[in-house]
Amino acid sequence: MTTSSGTTPIDDLLRGSIDHCVKCTICETQCPVSNVTPLFPGPKYAGPQAERYRVADEASVEWSVDYCSGCGICSQSCPQGVKIAEVNAQARNKLKKQKGYPLRDRIITRPTWLGRAGTPVAPLANLTIDFKPIRILGEKLLGVHRDAAAPEFAGHRFSSWFKKHPSPPTGRKIVYFHGCGTEYYEPWEGQKVVQILEHNGFEVVVPKQDCCGLPLQSSGLFDDARKVVLRLARALVPYVRDDPNTLIVGNATSCTLMLKREAREILSLEGDPDLKLVSERTYDICELLLELHDRGELKTDFQPVNERIFYHAPCQQQGHFIGKPALDLFALIPGLQVTEGNARCCGIAGTYGLKVEKYDIAQAVGADLFGQVRGSGATEVACDSETCRWQITHATGHRSVHPIDYLHRAYGL
Amino acid sequence: MRGALNYDAVVIGAGTAGLVAGTRLAEGGARVCVVAKGIGSTHLAPATIDVLGYAPDRVASPSGVMPEFISRHPDHPYAALGVDAVAEAARWIQSRVESGPLAGYRYFGDLDRNYLLPTAVGALRPSALVPETMAAGDSADLERVCVVGTRTLRDFHAALCAANLSKLGIQARSVEADIEVDKADQNSLGLARRFDDPAWRAAFAGRLALKLQADERVGLPAVLGIRDPHGAWSDLEHRLGRRVFEIPTLPPSVPGMRLYEILRASLRAAGGRLVLGAEVVSSERDGSRVTSVATHSAGHDTRYAAPWFVLAAGGFNSGAIELDSHWVTHDRVLGLPLRGLPAEGEPRFIGDYLAEQPMSRVGVAVDAELRAEGAENVLVAGAALPGAVPWREGSGEGIALASGSRAAEFVLARAGAPAGAAA
Repeated sequence: MTTSSGTTPIDDLLRGSIDHCVKCTICETQCPVSNVTPLFPGPKYAGPQAERYRVADEASVEWSVDYCSGCGICSQSCPQGVKIAEVNAQARNKLKKQKGYPLRDRIITRPTWLGRAGTPVAPLANLTIDFKPIRILGEKLLGVHRDAAAPEFAGHRFSSWFKKHPSPPTGRKIVYFHGCGTEYYEPWEGQKVVQILEHNGFEVVVPKQDCCGLPLQSSGLFDDARKVVLRLARALVPYVRDDPNTLIVGNATSCTLMLKREAREILSLEGDPDLKLVSERTYDICELLLELHDRGELKTDFQPVNERIFYHAPCQQQGHFIGKPALDLFALIPGLQVTEGNARCCGIAGTYGLKVEKYDIAQAVGADLFGQVRGSGATEVACDSETCRWQITHATGHRSVHPIDYLHRAYGL
Repeated sequence: MRGALNYDAVVIGAGTAGLVAGTRLAEGGARVCVVAKGIGSTHLAPATIDVLGYAPDRVASPSGVMPEFISRHPDHPYAALGVDAVAEAARWIQSRVESGPLAGYRYFGDLDRNYLLPTAVGALRPSALVPETMAAGDSADLERVCVVGTRTLRDFHAALCAANLSKLGIQARSVEADIEVDKADQNSLGLARRFDDPAWRAAFAGRLALKLQADERVGLPAVLGIRDPHGAWSDLEHRLGRRVFEIPTLPPSVPGMRLYEILRASLRAAGGRLVLGAEVVSSERDGSRVTSVATHSAGHDTRYAAPWFVLAAGGFNSGAIELDSHWVTHDRVLGLPLRGLPAEGEPRFIGDYLAEQPMSRVGVAVDAELRAEGAENVLVAGAALPGAVPWREGSGEGIALASGSRAAEFVLARAGAPAGAAA
């Protein structure tokens, strides 16, 4: 459905929210990017203020919004409910359409392509990733910064493992959305998710699935992002449509947020019934486990994990508006000592920190977090998003894992 | 399969009142969750603890004036709270500042005497408790002052501040400090991060010292550090060899961000949860009790159930109470009855903008124990309370601290007992 001006009702709701901006500047105090670089003047300036000068059928007059990393902290902190990040994402899309998309943005936003190409030749591909001359060439030709954190291919896929490990039927089904990071780079995280869910009596179902489209969306390639996320929604929806009790759970927190909200709002897909149903049924893994615990349904046969860790809740996890359930789960594990960081962002913001023109900004954004990690005395870092983990490990040398790693250890699975 | 998260108490709002209520509940052993639509008033206010500044004449001693003030305003929150509760809450916040994450940072003062501190436009404003970094601005012994501007910081005009202070009999002049910043440092938070850096601070002090005259105190915009304000302020006093004080800026408020971080850390340290971005969108009731609230979260709402709720979502300013386009006034959070509304047919607004407006005392209707009328397990705290005009009275923080504390005390005293039994 579109209105006479060519916009959809959700677009009008987002844009209408800017009228609630009282210019209080709270978002400007929270923005990790504008606090380290003059290239982005801040969410209030680029959003509610500049939006007045953006007219649907006229060229963009404001270019700085390309430097917004899309972390979404502005929208979370706004006391008036202004959809600052969402409005800015749409402005970025318009700008990109006008300027054209670099080849780089078409490649690094396709984790499924990269994963399929890299997995069979993982040793060679991983050598390439670590090989400086090739990285320099990649920077010159493509604009991917030579020093940016890049994950290594695991060499085997999560879905291949799962095919050989059918979940014991319990009649209590749950759909696992593993995302590309688990599929190609960290299949062991997915194995842990499955084992934890099975330990708690679930029969895990893993539909054939691809990327959620978030990298495309955050780089402003909205048309491609819509195709990709709707394909995923069509793949997941048959598993939840007929059973109101079946949920979808994911460990890639930015990808579950894409399914839950960002695709509906930023990509203007509110009207798609499949996506809406998938969105309503999707849970972050820690969100789900904490709810189970609250109902007395989570097994708590935890062994001590005598580890001192640092926890960073990534921006996209905070965007679920569910607080920090990982911290409440950690509190159930005997022996686990947790330092909660209060830095805002690691800087990577998906693919933002890979880009040559944004790498230095991303490192400056992350500096506060990296300092807190180094100063914490922790041996490991827990963080819900894979790209943030790679960034943190790359910058600090500290091993970083998903929060469920500690539950898995405590269960002794 | 979906249910609710269960707590002993759920607090709605993350301003001063909500964070104080949440922290004190958690410190008392309750499982507590603070849910809020966004960050609250802390980032906008100067972070002084204003207890009673005008009644209606300027107040020199809040504790001295409050008994008479209460007798004249029986519907004011202070009438229900009493002077002792406000004093206790003030001592509590002082102790949390001292034990908080900002090493060495303290609040000075008590209810017996108001400080009279310069504002950014050079007026004097009464406050009972003030950050140590502002205390030397007290006009009681401020004779000569040099107000220092930074050119880059918008909305802080040192010359205007000094000119107006001079009219009040204080010998004041202004200088502009030479500082090198890039564009990202031009708001108060950006500058505060610079002041956290000892080397940058030393260079700043070295250049500023050349412009100062003997026996002058130095007034700077309130940007002296966000992570280490005590270190930044005391270092500047040492390097300049004189008293230095902060003057609150227009938003964003760095001292307010410090206070938020202190309260947030206290809440977390006591085991309380904080969920931001979580606007309450519906509530369930069982007769006169609220049983759960649902907050907006991505994809699906999240439900929080508790035997007790603290409503600390603010009033008109935060949007928690609204006058809609049909001229109907609502509590947008729980839909509770309001008090203080002008009678049918009476004017809601009067022409003199700065006068006391007929709508200005509107709040959620409460009983003498600050429980919401018609919802026996909902305690009301902060700017949601009726009967006060905090911005005219200079009473906002006193009400927020004491009512947040009272809500926690009330719940903790009845923890385990059903709300009906406590009535």
